[in-house]
Amino acid sequence: MTKKNKSIGATIVGLFRHQLFIPLAALLILVVFNLIADPSFFKVSLGQNNAGDPVLSGYLVTIFNNASELAILAIGMTLVTAASGGQDISVGATIAIAGSVMLRVLCGSAGSRPETMQAPIIVAFLIACVVTMLFGAFNGALVAYFKIQPMVATLIMFTAGRSIAAWINNNELPIISDAEFSYFGNYIPGIPVPTPVFIAVACMIVIALVLKFTNLGLYVQSVGINSESSRLNGLNPEFIKFMTYVIMGLCVAVAGLIKVSRISTINYSVIAKDIEMDAILAVALGGNALSGGKFNMAASIMGAYVIQFLTTTLYKFEVASDALPAYKAIVVIILVVMSAPVVRENMGRLWKKIAPKKAVKGVQ
Amino acid sequence: MAKNAKDLKRRVGISDTNLLLIITIAVFLVMYISAVVFLGSGFTKPQTFFNILNDNAALIILSCGMSIVMITGGIDISVGTVTALVCMSCAVHLDHNGGSVLTAMLLALGIGVAFGLVQGYLIAYLDIQPFIVTLAGMFFAKGMTTIVNSTQFNVAHEGFKALKAIRIYVPFMGAVNKKGIYVPAYIEPGVIVALLVVIVLFVLLKWSKVGRNFYAVGGNVNSANMLGINVKRTKFIAHMLCSVLAGIGGFVYFMHVGSGSASHASGAEMNAIASSIIGGTMLSGGVGNIVGTFFGVLSLSTIKNIVSSLGLDEAWWTNITVAAMICVFLVVQSVVLLRKNKKK
Repeated sequence: MTKKNKSIGATIVGLFRHQLFIPLAALLILVVFNLIADPSFFKVSLGQNNAGDPVLSGYLVTIFNNASELAILAIGMTLVTAASGGQDISVGATIAIAGSVMLRVLCGSAGSRPETMQAPIIVAFLIACVVTMLFGAFNGALVAYFKIQPMVATLIMFTAGRSIAAWINNNELPIISDAEFSYFGNYIPGIPVPTPVFIAVACMIVIALVLKFTNLGLYVQSVGINSESSRLNGLNPEFIKFMTYVIMGLCVAVAGLIKVSRISTINYSVIAKDIEMDAILAVALGGNALSGGKFNMAASIMGAYVIQFLTTTLYKFEVASDALPAYKAIVVIILVVMSAPVVRENMGRLWKKIAPKKAVKGVQ
Repeated sequence: MAKNAKDLKRRVGISDTNLLLIITIAVFLVMYISAVVFLGSGFTKPQTFFNILNDNAALIILSCGMSIVMITGGIDISVGTVTALVCMSCAVHLDHNGGSVLTAMLLALGIGVAFGLVQGYLIAYLDIQPFIVTLAGMFFAKGMTTIVNSTQFNVAHEGFKALKAIRIYVPFMGAVNKKGIYVPAYIEPGVIVALLVVIVLFVLLKWSKVGRNFYAVGGNVNSANMLGINVKRTKFIAHMLCSVLAGIGGFVYFMHVGSGSASHASGAEMNAIASSIIGGTMLSGGVGNIVGTFFGVLSLSTIKNIVSSLGLDEAWWTNITVAAMICVFLVVQSVVLLRKNKKK
């Protein structure tokens, strides 16, 4: 009897300590809250958009659609955080650069409002990839080879990024009128699910395969836990840190494509504003230590969806978009306090005290 | 042999903190002097220098708080939006609720203390990462500012206007303007507050027990713990100080602009971090200097002034040069420290 009790207690304590506990619990709380407040939140209906194509609509679709960029960035941010023990705060600014480069290539020499695209989208995307990876390499070089703390090193691009983006297009706001370009951020005709969802899922599959079949995950974690001992074991910690920033650059380019494609134009000072904070938050909500080391990719991605779920829920209850951060902050604090090791230990201890009493009651 | 060792020690004896401080001051002087030599006119007037102080009094205060937190190995990214919250709350308090200037000051302090208490407790005693806690603080202050009042407005309160108009004239530093009239140089009261903060914190960090504890905790938490330093309380005090200084800085900012707006001091936290870094504070903790931070702020705003007086009016040049400057400083710091560590 007592043995069984202990094992139940231990499983529950273990559950509290499991990394997926916090994002899952947060998701569950949000789901239950929405179910009670208004079950129509979960209604998904098949409608038609302006062009007459079938599209799915509903809050759930919005969440999966809008969380795509964040989930993609969370992948890169998790790797960066794990390897270098710091965060890349320049992602919002480099998304602006990626978008700006893409539009510049698509406009070519035809001014800022071309009738047709001057280059294939794939070329524009690949050029943007190269550019953002170069910026990622710049950040990575500062962090890995010059040993500058990541947040400080990326502060440079954070400061300059949006200005560089404006400079690339000479501060004009190019508009791409070709419908084909908007497929990536909206719907492909005939497919009712928004394209960003597919792109995000594709990114997740790629990173899952990479983590499964290569040593990237292992190397990143070992560098993050102890860079000196991984060097002694024959790894090249500098290069691995450097690589994570280049991968981050790739994630930024993909997220930038979605962002720009959504509106077919760009606003340098507003695009992807504060997304770096949300991306870091996603990593932290996933229970990953921001000081580096072990990471759980699934938890980070889950964190990204939790954030978007929260945002959409708040919007649904007609919270003004300016006041949104205040409510978000309260939820974040509650989640973070719940996941703090000190609090979790106390919760575990509390449970151990309560559990036997319950069992006794059950016997009587 | 022993003598040799002693000699060696003395030669290597310049600490990281002092080395970075010297670099900072040298760069600032070189920059300012070359501005005077090559750009002339504007920069030769003392008032240009005093204007840099006037415009950046609040930033100096914020950066000082940031440096302290960074010395203990933490970070506080909420200071910018706390400043905006203080401005908006004080503006609403003065104009809509008929408060007095004194209660507005107390309100500013109170906001700082409240943020300090909550953030400090969460970071120090619940051991949550400072970045996340202050990120939440930043979001909270940002949202609260628009909840308090969503539109920008200028304060019409008489007492406050009188306070805002106070000018302190600096003797012998005036200049004769184009019409041949002598214009005395002036500073705003905020500058006095900022300088006081710099002096008090310099003394605190250099000679007080708490100040030395900041360095010990930032340098190595474990050895600080073994030395019997109360690590948790030290971290709490650091974050408390930073938030209180954000409250004071907020009021100084309010005195300078005289209005409430949600967009006030946006990005000030990043400017404060940048100034601290240029001033030789390291984000990894244990290294830093308040005087360096002061010069960091001055360097940052001097470069902005230089860029705008070079006629590069497009908005992006300022940001790009500031970023380039941070980059140069970081690389120099890192190279110097890496070489020094190798020698050891």
